[in-house]
Amino acid sequence: MTENFSFTNDERIIFTLRALYTKYGYQPYRMSKFEEYDLYSRNKDFLVSEGVIAFTDTGGRLMALKPDVTLSIIKNTRDTAPDVEKLCYDENVYRSPKGASGYEEQMQIGLEQIGGVDLCGVSEVLWLAAESLASLSGDFVLDVSHLGLASAALSPLRQGDATRTALLKCVADKNLHGIAEIARDNPLPDGMAERLCALVEASGKPADALPRIRALADELGTPEAADQLETVLSVFEDTPYADAIRIDTSVTGDMNYYNDIVFRGFLREVAEPVLSGGQYDMLMKRMHRSDRAIGFAVYLDRLERLDETRPEADADVLLLYPPKTPPKDVHRAVSALIAEGKTVFAASHGAGRLTFRERAELIDGEVITRV
Amino acid sequence: MLNIALPKGRLGEHVYDLFEQAGFPCPSIRNPGRRLIFENEEAGVRYFWVKPSDVTVYVERGAADIGVAGRDILLEYEPDVYELCDLGIGKCRMAVAAPRDFRDDMRRTLRVATKFRHVAETYYAARGREIDIIHLNGSIEIAPIVGLSDVIVDIVETGSTLRENNLVVFETVFPISARLIANKSSHKFKNEAISRLVREIAGGRS
Repeated sequence: MTENFSFTNDERIIFTLRALYTKYGYQPYRMSKFEEYDLYSRNKDFLVSEGVIAFTDTGGRLMALKPDVTLSIIKNTRDTAPDVEKLCYDENVYRSPKGASGYEEQMQIGLEQIGGVDLCGVSEVLWLAAESLASLSGDFVLDVSHLGLASAALSPLRQGDATRTALLKCVADKNLHGIAEIARDNPLPDGMAERLCALVEASGKPADALPRIRALADELGTPEAADQLETVLSVFEDTPYADAIRIDTSVTGDMNYYNDIVFRGFLREVAEPVLSGGQYDMLMKRMHRSDRAIGFAVYLDRLERLDETRPEADADVLLLYPPKTPPKDVHRAVSALIAEGKTVFAASHGAGRLTFRERAELIDGEVITRV
Repeated sequence: MLNIALPKGRLGEHVYDLFEQAGFPCPSIRNPGRRLIFENEEAGVRYFWVKPSDVTVYVERGAADIGVAGRDILLEYEPDVYELCDLGIGKCRMAVAAPRDFRDDMRRTLRVATKFRHVAETYYAARGREIDIIHLNGSIEIAPIVGLSDVIVDIVETGSTLRENNLVVFETVFPISARLIANKSSHKFKNEAISRLVREIAGGRS
């Protein structure tokens, strides 16, 4: 029977992940496809792609097809700290693909915790990120980092400084020679290049990387970064996911928006990261909110080729009937086959390029199977 | 199996020598004929020759786990890859060149002919200079001679092509050399092989 294939890959993933998130109390959140353009123009650096589809609505307001979910959720929730809101969503976003013209509709599924987010909440989000990845593939890696380390290492340079931006890109690219080149061509504070190189190299399995992270965090005067990493990753100890968790300091983000714990998920079968998330208290501040927030999104467009299996046939039975057969005879025959648990495609002549397990003909109201 | 995209040409051949010495041999690549893919199952490696500007595409999209690309290509296309090692070969520079008597008239928009649109835009944006990009795919040197542009932004190796066309370098935009790049996902799942290659190459060069 072919009913296993009646769900698309996207639908299966959405059902699985939504069920997972609701088990942990996350409430499904629905939002409009449209949002006021101003929300995105004020936070355009937060958006993954530059292009936003804008239009004037019938009331004369400049609107946009939403390119991002998180901004809408922040805008439409209230500061309830110390209480926490746990929300999950599956929504389309509209973005301009990198290196190409035009726009794409991309489905995202994800979750957000907003309000009085504590370290238990951060751990829970990381755990759900790992569970999400595990539900998609038997072979995944969740890279986790703490932005406080890169922030402290770069702190003598102000935000927006071109050298600081270039150095942060080198950290994201694991580009040690790039850090050396920048240090050669620019006067950097004493020891900055060495500390950034040490940061890039302090990646690996938590047991190996944490001692190096701790030493570096102490040197940078931010021991709480190592403490927080160690605390939130402790939920993975002695679990089936322990081997899939890495500390990887190349996971970075725009420090105008993100802070503290940031993470990214990879599957062996997919060339790009399929999950991305982190704490975004800085974005909350920019939107005049004093509460905290963390979330992640799974990019369904990158999972399109995850399931390459194709059904053996498009339907179980091709039922051919003579052109002048009464509709009630065809209906009765189709219903009988469906009642046997089969999928049926009824036609008077044929079904183009579709494939079937068996062919049957309706002759004098009787189904004659011809395999 | 480690999939490696090499840039076609002399640079690619030089890179293969480095990789072979690092313990990733594939002897059949020495007698290529018209083939583009070469595999050594025993060494766990598969090489393919691709157009130099396409290496980043193969690596970013995961068709190749690692590859070698010039810094010019990396800065032009900004692929989302790890840049693991400066191989120190294929050295040249990105430069602004123009006829010897060129003087930049700040009252006018500067017309810049180049294959490297993003590089040129970034370079002049940092200087606050308004420019008009003229995107060409080859024979860039002709542009200022025939009045199509005021300057060119292009790769300069020895400078002989510029000299033969009566052009001189006015500014160096950045130095270029070949970089070993890796797909981010491959770096997670084939980390041992990639790290070994980087270690061997870095060790061989020190």
